[in-house]
Amino acid sequence: MTQIIRPPNADSSTSGALTLRPDLQAIADLVPDGARVLDLGCGDGELLDYLITHKHVVGRGVELNEANILTCVRRGLSVRQGNLEEGLADYPDANFDYVILSQTLHFLDDPAMILNEMLRVGKQAIVSYPNWGSWRCRLSLLIRGRIPRAAFVEENWYQAPRWQAFTITDFANFCQTINVQINQQVYLAGAGKLKPTMFKNLLASTAVFVLGR
Amino acid sequence: MKIKKPTPPAHPKSVGIVIPQHFTFAQDERFQLDSGASIGPVTIEYETYGRLNAERSNAILICHALSGSAHAAGVYEEQGAKPGWWDDCIGPGKAFDTDQFFVICSNVLSGCYGSTGPAHIDPTMAIPYAMNFPVVTIGDIVRAQVKLIDYLGIDKLLCVAGGSMGGMQVLEWSANHPKRAHAAIPIATTAHHSPMLIAFSEVGRQAIYADPYWNEGDYYASEQKPDAGLAVARMVGHITYLSEESMQEKFGRRLQDQARYGYEFRAEFQIESYLKYNGLNFTRRFDANSYLYITKAMDYFDLSGPTGSLAAAFANSTALKFLVVSFTSDWLYPSYHSKELVKALTAAGADVTYLDVESVWGHDAFLLEVETMTDLIGGFLHRLVVEENVQHPGSAPASPFPQVDATNGTIVAADHQSKVAITL
Repeated sequence: MTQIIRPPNADSSTSGALTLRPDLQAIADLVPDGARVLDLGCGDGELLDYLITHKHVVGRGVELNEANILTCVRRGLSVRQGNLEEGLADYPDANFDYVILSQTLHFLDDPAMILNEMLRVGKQAIVSYPNWGSWRCRLSLLIRGRIPRAAFVEENWYQAPRWQAFTITDFANFCQTINVQINQQVYLAGAGKLKPTMFKNLLASTAVFVLGR
Repeated sequence: MKIKKPTPPAHPKSVGIVIPQHFTFAQDERFQLDSGASIGPVTIEYETYGRLNAERSNAILICHALSGSAHAAGVYEEQGAKPGWWDDCIGPGKAFDTDQFFVICSNVLSGCYGSTGPAHIDPTMAIPYAMNFPVVTIGDIVRAQVKLIDYLGIDKLLCVAGGSMGGMQVLEWSANHPKRAHAAIPIATTAHHSPMLIAFSEVGRQAIYADPYWNEGDYYASEQKPDAGLAVARMVGHITYLSEESMQEKFGRRLQDQARYGYEFRAEFQIESYLKYNGLNFTRRFDANSYLYITKAMDYFDLSGPTGSLAAAFANSTALKFLVVSFTSDWLYPSYHSKELVKALTAAGADVTYLDVESVWGHDAFLLEVETMTDLIGGFLHRLVVEENVQHPGSAPASPFPQVDATNGTIVAADHQSKVAITL
């Protein structure tokens, strides 16, 4: 499995930082106080650290990168090295209230398998992903004739890790196909949350879904 | 812990000069062993570094590997004495920060560094045990450590940590004495000694048996010891602690004291000369019979036992926090042994932190990758301090052991120096 490194943060060194990157903040806002949380591909542990400090969660992380794991351990987090399959397979059923997968879906070879596993290990799953249906992406292809790069996607199409482009509508359809229920939806445009709107697939740069069975 | 000269320290950030101490038990009732045999009295040599806090909640037990001793940190008073075997990681401001924690390390039962072993006098025979010493297991070794921890008046260790055979002891503590520790750090180890590991042990033992001076283990009164056999055993062992890459880097195909091949049978290559030196050096500090007994204890180690289920072995260990560490180039205790352990612990519901550290140094990496180990262990222990609310021991001088139990006024243990068994 390809190594997935979460995009770096401007301020990742501060423990229990008060402010998170907007998409991580949107996830954090969805997690209730005291929940049991597994963060898949937890990076340097910024979100977990925040959730433990401010939401008093019991948090575990899975991460591949050694430097990130060392940062997590220095932050006092419980993090296992492993890829997503390894990270999920060992846990018993319904071990967590929430399993989080942030900005990673578009890198996965088999997203259906991972989502199913997330909903086995967790009662609910929270996923965030970039929306290639946003007007910026649409304009990029229409005007500039270039394959759009969505929010938080740093890589070019020819670089590893490879990504799959999909839109909010694509993802909602996909959830239906694999019998996954969408419990909650949050849409972000830049740093702000969008009010519920018909035009979310056009306006949102990032989506955060809470999924269940 | 007794530091005679607080300033200046022998090494920067060293715990300074340390003195080994001794604890003896099973004087009356003999210590029962897994084999069904029993032994008594049993003396355990140990050292301590740092101060125990008032709540006795900051104690960490360090378990040593095959050839280790209780001397894990600091220096002895003799001139030119080498610092303890894990001095890089134990001391003020180090991974196991002795400003914060009370660190204990003891020599294993059957060892040759002050704990009761085959070189000790069998009190019933008034001669050394030699091969009459009972075969011990990792379980026995750990139960002797439990007696020591009881004697030190510690109900629950903050953490048990160790690499290689030390890691096996850590796993034994976590599986079979889970209520006696909050956390465990098994490093570069396995939950069951593999056939390959048993094979290497046996080659080492065969080398000792084959030495005529071994004399069925009865050599303590003799001028000649089975040094040649023990040296070969150590050489085989030493190879398994390195990696091809580290040997390539350290020695390559370089010759020792010559420019060209001599076409003769002496140690020509640097690697040969290095192994020979290490083998010889080992005979000056280790007892051949102890080598037999300790390798045997390792070979019997199999936590999954008859059920074959490692998760079942850890069924009662779910309250423990684990930091599991392996090294990418360790082929003696390969990473997949640690991954199997992590899998079982996760399935059992334990809190596990795991990292397979990128290193070229083979099994030895656990002693050499100091910076990474400091990050991992230091970070993990800091988390324990917060989560278990461990109080700083303060700056009061270390109180001597044994201590008087304040609740009922009984003396926890009497003068132990007088009970030290006669050693050769």
